[in-house]
Amino acid sequence: MGLMEALDLARWQFGITTVYHFLFVPLTIGGAFFVAGFQTAWVRTGNPRYLQLTKFFGKLFLINFAMGVVTGIVQEFQFGMNWSVYSRFVGDVFGAPLAMEGLLAFFLESTFLGLWIFGWDRLPKKLHLATIWAAAFGTLISAYFILAANAWMQHPVGYVIDPETGRAVLTSITEVLFQNTAVIAFFHTIFACFMTAGAAVAAIGGYKLMKGKQAEIFRPAVKASSVVILLAAVGLAITGDMDAKIMVQQQPMKMAAAEALYETSSDAPFSILSVGDLSGSEATHLIEVPGLLSWMATGSFGAEVQGINDLQEQYVATYGPGNYVPYVPITYWSFRLMIGLGMIAAVFALWSLWVFRRKRQPEEGTRLAKIYTAFATVLVLFPLLGNSFGWIFTEMGRQPWIVFGLQQTADAVSPLVSATEVWITMLGFTLVYFILAIIEVKLLLVYIRRGAPEDVVADPYADAVAAEKSDADKELYFAY
Amino acid sequence: MTIDTLVLIWFGLIAILWVGYFILDGFDQGVGVLLPFLGKDELRRRVMINTIGPVWDGNEVWLLVAGGATFAAFPLWYATMFSGYYLALFLILLALILRGVAFEYRGKRDDARWRKRWDAAIFVGSVIPATLFGVAFGNVVGGSPISPIETTLPGEANSLNYTGTFFDLLNPFSLTLGVMTLLVFTTHGAIFLALKTKGEMREAARKAALRVGVVAALVAVVALLWAQLYSGRVVVTLPMVLLAAVAFLGALAATWRGRDGWAFILTSLTIALAVFSLFVGLWPNVMVSSIDAAYNLTVYNASSQEYTLTVMTWVAVIMTPIVLIYQGWTYWVFRKRISTSMIPPEPQSGRADDRFAGASQG
Repeated sequence: MGLMEALDLARWQFGITTVYHFLFVPLTIGGAFFVAGFQTAWVRTGNPRYLQLTKFFGKLFLINFAMGVVTGIVQEFQFGMNWSVYSRFVGDVFGAPLAMEGLLAFFLESTFLGLWIFGWDRLPKKLHLATIWAAAFGTLISAYFILAANAWMQHPVGYVIDPETGRAVLTSITEVLFQNTAVIAFFHTIFACFMTAGAAVAAIGGYKLMKGKQAEIFRPAVKASSVVILLAAVGLAITGDMDAKIMVQQQPMKMAAAEALYETSSDAPFSILSVGDLSGSEATHLIEVPGLLSWMATGSFGAEVQGINDLQEQYVATYGPGNYVPYVPITYWSFRLMIGLGMIAAVFALWSLWVFRRKRQPEEGTRLAKIYTAFATVLVLFPLLGNSFGWIFTEMGRQPWIVFGLQQTADAVSPLVSATEVWITMLGFTLVYFILAIIEVKLLLVYIRRGAPEDVVADPYADAVAAEKSDADKELYFAY
Repeated sequence: MTIDTLVLIWFGLIAILWVGYFILDGFDQGVGVLLPFLGKDELRRRVMINTIGPVWDGNEVWLLVAGGATFAAFPLWYATMFSGYYLALFLILLALILRGVAFEYRGKRDDARWRKRWDAAIFVGSVIPATLFGVAFGNVVGGSPISPIETTLPGEANSLNYTGTFFDLLNPFSLTLGVMTLLVFTTHGAIFLALKTKGEMREAARKAALRVGVVAALVAVVALLWAQLYSGRVVVTLPMVLLAAVAFLGALAATWRGRDGWAFILTSLTIALAVFSLFVGLWPNVMVSSIDAAYNLTVYNASSQEYTLTVMTWVAVIMTPIVLIYQGWTYWVFRKRISTSMIPPEPQSGRADDRFAGASQG
């Protein structure tokens, strides 16, 4: 069992645990704001429908949140477990945002969410509302720090290499936290989170509404989430475009690999579909839009975009002999799938706004209703897959580097962790993750089917305060 | 600040984070360990779980922050420990995954078998970390096979790796520490339960605290005296350990007399003194090599550099009090004792008029 084997397994493990973790993250981040939004609408208007929506989506949010939390624990420790040389090399720089994430975000999220879940009868209405907002902002802070850490792997700044230890040493925390790579990645990811959570709310609400179940409750949810999806789609396009332009400057090989562009060309086309083997030294594209890649990369249709072959030569000159080309079939397809799948929710949002416009209620059993509900049933998978492909693209497109230009992935793995050990942990995590996924989806379906609770208690806190005056033990409003 | 001051601050801060984690998640784990023993029926099990329900997640974050802080301040410690104690950490992570999901999911279906499985997850998910954290500390303090190997980074400190196996971790000293943490956390959890409940549940918890506590006291005295063999400054750590023992006996006496609040403060103090004594005895090492003292990881060869430590010190100085204030406030909000009569009949959904009328619409 050689090192290569453990290396490949460690890469698989990181991919599996991270992509899996990121199924729950966007639903948590976006979902927190939806729940906070519904609860705010209730507190401000006193309309019980908003409270019903808060309770309904709040429950789904918590089922999802639990999975996000527990899969996140693995993230915090697996750098040290499987990537100990990486951890030694980057710790001085990379550890800081991670520790800040814990201190500024994790405490905030977990503490205030605990208050929100159990605090309905313990806190006055407005204070209770503040707890879900605090948790929601905690998720944003968390996203910021972890994306800044990741941005440093894509484009290291604010450091020097200590000649004695060979390790990166932080010289400017502001550069690391606020470089454009981090800021753009943050907004791009947050828009994706709102797109994903919006798709979940719109799909569930739209399904209920089309079936005429609790229609009066879900109608405002469908409208709000559709608007959020469309705004997020615009945001994704703008930030995605900005991201592409800095990627060309910072990681030109990744952009070339995204298009399987082997030869440097001005007026570089963007292909929608390709056939054949993309991993050779040229590619066969079926449908091409001329000049589009040049435009995506630089903002001008005629501009030159460097190809893989040229870049490989340049990298050899800079970094020494080696293969600096990522696995092109993955980068090519994941890039397209990210964009294509990610944007499908926008179609659903437009359709939802149209069919339910001005309090319209399409008849049940029609072909329209059937197609719509079928679409709603699978909708959330599209942004989830789009997110996953986005991460696969950006991480695999950086290969062979783990920190671009500074350390290669093959040099970063834990030297003494055996292939057997990585097998054990990988199978262990994957098996548990698989079982939990089934349980989670089943639970979500049960609670989606149940619908929103009818007749919710308007002010559990006032009831509790009143009961305080009598001696008898009052039932808790909420308990596990 | 000089680098010598900074590494002292961060060594101390990481000690504080572990103390915080063991005091807070220690009672969560203790309650989990006691679940099958004191949770004789569904109502009592729910009382137990609801005493820690609002706070367990925030408590667990202390572990994540301890991990993150170690990564930022002592990257070589983080890298060597977690790649070395690989399978032990894996078991801890699996346990914490199962326990966390279990709290949230067990009440989400009205099905006795479903709940039973999650109860098992809570129990196992509490026993494993409660034991293995003690074992891990035993290896950090007592030494484990660490020696230089060839790697892609220059410098001797970078080459220091754990060269043993999983079973090397299970040596007598470390196992004794593991049994100690399991028993002390269980006692601590029982005392927390007594503090947070009333009626029958409270009586049962007090009884359990006394029973487990006596055994825990014996094991803890043996383990911590044993640890003095590895202590770098027995003059300081021995008195700390003796104080810890006095505090623990005080906690048992307070439980005996029904002073739950004092008992809880005293077991917390016990945990703090015991953990601090290990750290004081360890300084300036962060991981001891059983092969050669020259291969020890120390605060000097394992740390980040001055700038990072300075930045992180500012963040910690500003954020830690804020976190302590709002986490403390949470405990204030949920200060009321819980009894079986206060548990709503249907989990999750609360009061009778707040049920899911929509269920029939499915």
